[in-house]
Amino acid sequence: MSIMEYNGGSVIAMVGKDCVAIASDLRFGNQSLGIASNFQRMFPVTDRTYLGLAGLGTDVTTLRERFRYRVNMYTIKEERDIEPQTFAHLVSSTLYEHRFGPYFVEPVIAGLEKAPSGFKPFIAAADLIGCLNFAKDFVVAGTASSKLYGLAEGLWEPDLGPEDLFETISQTLLNGVDRDAFSGWGAVVHVITKDRVVTRTLKGRMD
Amino acid sequence: MASAEGGAYSYSLTVFSPSGKLVQIEHALAAVSQGTTSLGIKASNGIVIATEKKSSSILIDDSMIEKVAVVCPNIGIVYSGMGPDFRVLIARARKSAQAYWKVYGEYPPTKVLTQEIATVMQEATQSGGVRPFGVSLLVAGWDVHRGPSLYQVDPSGSFWAWKASAIGKNMVNAKTFLEKRYNDDISLEDAIHTALLTLKEGFEGQMTEKTIEIGVVTVPAVEELQVEKHGGGTARPRPTFRKLSEEEVKDYLAL
Repeated sequence: MSIMEYNGGSVIAMVGKDCVAIASDLRFGNQSLGIASNFQRMFPVTDRTYLGLAGLGTDVTTLRERFRYRVNMYTIKEERDIEPQTFAHLVSSTLYEHRFGPYFVEPVIAGLEKAPSGFKPFIAAADLIGCLNFAKDFVVAGTASSKLYGLAEGLWEPDLGPEDLFETISQTLLNGVDRDAFSGWGAVVHVITKDRVVTRTLKGRMD
Repeated sequence: MASAEGGAYSYSLTVFSPSGKLVQIEHALAAVSQGTTSLGIKASNGIVIATEKKSSSILIDDSMIEKVAVVCPNIGIVYSGMGPDFRVLIARARKSAQAYWKVYGEYPPTKVLTQEIATVMQEATQSGGVRPFGVSLLVAGWDVHRGPSLYQVDPSGSFWAWKASAIGKNMVNAKTFLEKRYNDDISLEDAIHTALLTLKEGFEGQMTEKTIEIGVVTVPAVEELQVEKHGGGTARPRPTFRKLSEEEVKDYLAL
């Protein structure tokens, strides 16, 4: 079995109208044995940027701490918050540093970037060695990714408002992880708008 | 050369005097004051930096001299003092800018690059077997978060931002001249004109397009910014710093 499937878990991010949403499941397991139903794999980077990490649990935690260190140093040195696109490049170069002994993670980045007209939605995903994917609609990662691709392709449409985006991403995630043995056991959704981030925990199948 | 423990070169050559001064830095500043005058003026819509290109002999091919140097598309530097020290610092600055680009996918903001250069210069005041750099730099750049900014960096490694400044031989007169003529909403065109007048004040010999170098920082239009950002990071950033060609300098001098 692949090391990327060892602990299980999935993450998805979607673009809406002046908002983005990022969601993940909460399962942490040891192959088929589920151990925890409260494993956080999404973390705020700034007020307007979130990072989700699917893959090996220990690398999720370690990378979360490494990025926190690098982003803190950036914030202090540049005296400003890091923009999502800059952070995506930071994720990419950090992962490529370990090209021949990689972290077993699939990062997903979602945020709002500063634009002259206000804020622009931004999402990106990378593979375990840092190849970036700047999608305009949605990105998926984790053990249920193939299911999430199909569902997102069907359910997503452009210019969804925050509430509609929440419904869409929630249904995509829930129905995707329900078809995957290694994902599920609860879900969390963050919807990011220019004023605030709304976090909701979903009620899903606990099997 | 240094032995295992460092030998005679493991201690800094820059040591405190009883009065609390670092005499080597004072001497370095003296070397700067002997260098040709350079100046920088920050306008509302850009920055101009300029310097004299003084050759010691008419036989020198002065088209090959580069005193205003590009570090990355948005930052340029001019100096007063020792040319070779400047050359080395520019090489370090360019490498530092590329290292930043490699990590973040964008070029460093002016302040960050200035800090890196200043750190290099400070290290030369506190390391074994090295002397301080004999140059002062004027760093001019544009970034989207702060707009145009002009910094001076001294041999000690200290740096600070200016609206307008001059360094080198004629800096006292030049700064007085600038103080009188500067106002916060000066335009780039006026700033270039003022820079040339200021240089002319202390100029020894003929001021032509061959004996001065000018670099300008311009502010990109809003549309230009959007285009480059979503090329997936592969689009080349449009340069905001450039050196004026001899023809352009000639046109400004004719005014």
